[in-house]
Amino acid sequence: MCDCCHEGNILVPWGAWLGRGVARHIWWPFSDCGLKNAERGLMTRTTTVRLAGLGALGLLGSFGSAQADDLTLCWAAWDPANALVELSKEFEAESGHTMAFEFIPWPNFADRMLNELNSGGQLCDLLIGDSQWIGGGAENGHYVQLNEFFDSEGISMDDFAPATVYAYATWPKGEPNYYALPAMGDANGWFYRKDWFAREDLRAAFQEEYGRELGEPTSQKELMEIAKFFQGKEIDGNTVYGASIFTERGSEGITMGITGALYPWGFKYENEPGSYDMEGAVNSAEAVEALEFYKELYDCCTPPGYTNAYMGESLDAFKSGQVAMAMNWFAFFPGLYQDADTGGDKIDFFVNPPQNQAGSTLGGQGISVISYSENQDAALEYIKWFANPEVQAKWWELGGYSAHNAVLNDPGFVDSQPFAADFLEAMNDVQDFWQEPAYAELLLAMQKRMHDYVVAGQGTAQEALDKLIEDWTEVFEDEGKL
Amino acid sequence: MSGLSSAWSVTEPSSRQKWIAGILVIGYALITMMPLLWVFLTGFKTPPDSISYPPKVIFEPSVEGYVNLFTTRTRVTPSQLDALPPPANFAEEIVRQRDMVIAGPSKFGERFMNSVIIGFGSTFLSIVLGTMAAYAFSRFRIPFTDDLMFFILSTRMMPPIAVAIPIFLMYRQLGLSDTHLGMILLYTAVNISLAVWLLKGFIDEIPREYEEAALIDGYTRFQAFYKVVLPQAATGIASTAIFCLIFAWNEYAFAVLLTSGNAQTAPPFIPTIIGVGGLDWPAVAAGATIFLLPVMIFTILLRKHLLRGITFGAVRK
Amino acid sequence: MNDSVATRAAQATPPGVARRVKGLSDRAIAWIFVGPTIFLLLAINIFPLIWTIRLSFTNFRANRPNREVEWVGLRNYERILGDSDIWLSMQATAHFLIWTIVLQVLIGFTLAWLINKKFRGNDLWTTIIVLPMMLSPAVVGNFWTFLYQPQIGLFNYVITWFTGADPSSFEMLGSVNLAPWSIIIVDTWMWTPFVMLICLAGLRSIPDYIYEAAEIDRASKLRQFFTITLPMVLPFLMLAVLFRGIENFKMFDLVVQLTGGGPGSITELASINLKREAFEKWRTGYSSAFAIILFVTVFGLASIYVKALNKVKER
Repeated sequence: MCDCCHEGNILVPWGAWLGRGVARHIWWPFSDCGLKNAERGLMTRTTTVRLAGLGALGLLGSFGSAQADDLTLCWAAWDPANALVELSKEFEAESGHTMAFEFIPWPNFADRMLNELNSGGQLCDLLIGDSQWIGGGAENGHYVQLNEFFDSEGISMDDFAPATVYAYATWPKGEPNYYALPAMGDANGWFYRKDWFAREDLRAAFQEEYGRELGEPTSQKELMEIAKFFQGKEIDGNTVYGASIFTERGSEGITMGITGALYPWGFKYENEPGSYDMEGAVNSAEAVEALEFYKELYDCCTPPGYTNAYMGESLDAFKSGQVAMAMNWFAFFPGLYQDADTGGDKIDFFVNPPQNQAGSTLGGQGISVISYSENQDAALEYIKWFANPEVQAKWWELGGYSAHNAVLNDPGFVDSQPFAADFLEAMNDVQDFWQEPAYAELLLAMQKRMHDYVVAGQGTAQEALDKLIEDWTEVFEDEGKL
Repeated sequence: MSGLSSAWSVTEPSSRQKWIAGILVIGYALITMMPLLWVFLTGFKTPPDSISYPPKVIFEPSVEGYVNLFTTRTRVTPSQLDALPPPANFAEEIVRQRDMVIAGPSKFGERFMNSVIIGFGSTFLSIVLGTMAAYAFSRFRIPFTDDLMFFILSTRMMPPIAVAIPIFLMYRQLGLSDTHLGMILLYTAVNISLAVWLLKGFIDEIPREYEEAALIDGYTRFQAFYKVVLPQAATGIASTAIFCLIFAWNEYAFAVLLTSGNAQTAPPFIPTIIGVGGLDWPAVAAGATIFLLPVMIFTILLRKHLLRGITFGAVRK
Repeated sequence: MNDSVATRAAQATPPGVARRVKGLSDRAIAWIFVGPTIFLLLAINIFPLIWTIRLSFTNFRANRPNREVEWVGLRNYERILGDSDIWLSMQATAHFLIWTIVLQVLIGFTLAWLINKKFRGNDLWTTIIVLPMMLSPAVVGNFWTFLYQPQIGLFNYVITWFTGADPSSFEMLGSVNLAPWSIIIVDTWMWTPFVMLICLAGLRSIPDYIYEAAEIDRASKLRQFFTITLPMVLPFLMLAVLFRGIENFKMFDLVVQLTGGGPGSITELASINLKREAFEKWRTGYSSAFAIILFVTVFGLASIYVKALNKVKER
């Protein structure tokens, strides 16, 4: 009866059709259960009704201080978000505004936030949205264009790393139209059990088997060898596995994982950038090989049950000592390094290994002001504050990845954290998924085709990529771009 | 049927049959309870205990899951931890054992309250509107009643996702997206057709003579309705209310599509508790326990009415 | 003076009208009482339905307010009916539907039959069995993913305990062969009590004298079961099947939490597919057409079924 009202809803019309016989006999009985005061307390809480109009809020505003606003910042729920809360306390103290935060776990983040934007919602004043959303955010008017604001406040995009400006802030790509300020640089990288890699017995066994030293892999294929080596080994009485990789179906997980193999093999979305000509690029021989590689890595070397794994599962596998290596976003590396059980000298990091070329999957986000917000001025104030080099330096210190040149080019940056140099290296060769306004459709198509092939084992890599081109072609045709 | 005849009635099962039936049913009931019991137990485990192999049945209980459910936490370095003043309360103490500090309350309390507000609000509205409409359908002649009701009810055969498409667009226009009012109206609309049908049945049962007597005594129609009919229908109203409340409490599809923060209820929220940097099953279990327990207690408290009701309804021809 | 005028006026008014003066007319009351409900239903049921039908003939996208909306006639319907992925999701739905109904009817009826033996404490145990169906499918589904974890999950552990298989050797949610069964198991766990309750009502509606008469005719227990019990419960059972069928055709929350449609698209039921199209890809026009097709399908199937049910009842 969880759904009983639902059941009943259907039941009754059929009951009516049946001459109102059977249905009543069955549901009647329930009516006998009395609960006299079911409605008691109904009136104790008033419902809050958000007013669409500005008028009433204006009145309320004038009641208090005109300057102090309540800002809500929306982002994903992860380690850097906690750092941002800490960082924002300074902004609260300086500006007098109060900050509230809405952090949504990654698997639901895109779904929830895009829904919120598309419904014209006013939940968020500021949004640290994924890089791929920028096209839709700009074209559909969800994000406020920031050019004028940047100019008037003297914020220059030249102060930020070019790759991050291109990826997180511009639409159309590369044009000097800014819809966000680069907030968090990120890429997909790897980390491994340094202590296991240093064991003499394991090193000797690896040397014997593969004829080289056990160490950070310098190519994707070496990575697979190491993963195969560790798969099923007994270490300290536990069975361990090779690597934990992204296989998640619902949001973007498996695509982000697979592109980590596709880019180093030389995968391209289009034959000519901007042409939407995908035949021969998306399903090139290199792409097929990379996809087959990822499937093999999934089949040979992942822990059991990691069929729908993304960030959380990857961290879990590593922290519980199940895997020798794991892929994840750089954003988690400060937390991993601090971890009491598997952090410190037990962990080290490496950039996504190259194969035919260097390449890493881009993560990271820019911070945007939502056009439906009623507190745009205060939100812009926040962005102005956030762009400040000192704030950016503190941001890096607390565990966020600043994209500001003043931080990245600081001579002490490379040695400030064990993964700092890797981060700079990764950001040199990042590639991103489509950032088209239709990105969600493009991504969902890829999620489906990739999961069908890699996890469900249906068809071949060639077929999966061919079908992907068909799906994408259909999307671009609907968009009028093909 | 009667106690006297049961001793030698041919329809009374033998005591051996009863024993076997009892054992089988109890066996099934125990199996069916295992997942729920596991939810409850997991809520009191520490995260490492919750993912240990083999699954732990005996463990040292901990409220870490509940602490994690109601707080957000930040990781700190051991040196920062040492510099902090001693923990102010037990929650702080538990959190610090994991090298973390409490950063603030989580959203669970708000989401739970949203569930309460929207659940009771929509139930109240369904019952008020439903009782009035049921009375009118029962006592006055309204054209095309049956056809109209049938058509309306048949829209319930649409998947909720399908209904949500136009509602989403409509609410966007009206500014009702992610508001309590929007969700209350929606759940009311879903519930009201059932409420009307159930309540019409109850009111049909109340003899018209009562009201007619009241009308002759100088009551207005309205007075007759709330002074005579309502008290008579109280039981029916209450049980209809329970169904409406349970529906609104458990509903997921509309909530996940039409709310994002302000008016989000607990069902779409609980699965997202899963945690940052590792899966926090005890917190999810704690959230599930708090959310499911009221319904379970409700069901068990009402079981006499529920089961007697079934027998009663079946005997009635 | 005024008083006497009023009094005289009152006396001149016929009694019926006097009642109208005191309160509102019956007709007005009827409209006031029914009005809000009708309005709400029109606004939140009928109007959206009509809107959905209208949208289904366009290429509208809810996430692209600035794009021009074009009428595309029946193209959305053609595309859906020609889309092999949609047919796969319909197959997945059918598989889920048929097996959940078969299992729930078998187990539910057996349980009702056993409970009807009226052993001591049967009402308490019935209540306990009923509990799962009172709970939120989304929350329960979410937790079942934990029970289904290989190695650490309770479900796998219990299976291991009985069969001796390695608990990490099978993945209920992740394997192509087992995932469709994993959702069937949870739905059966949750909704068998519903079928059971309706069957129980059916069993209890059979008067004792029929069995007594059969006993006098020396009909065997087995024969009694097939000639009395089953036919008398059948209308109830068929009704239960109808409700479960409609509900599971619409199934969304439980399965979305359990598998999210995966692995690949093995458990992507029609509703989940619809949600992806409507609220992730935002193909509003296309998904409206899909919604209408689903609605017509379930309505059509249910109508045929109800005809059959009426025949059974008449017999």
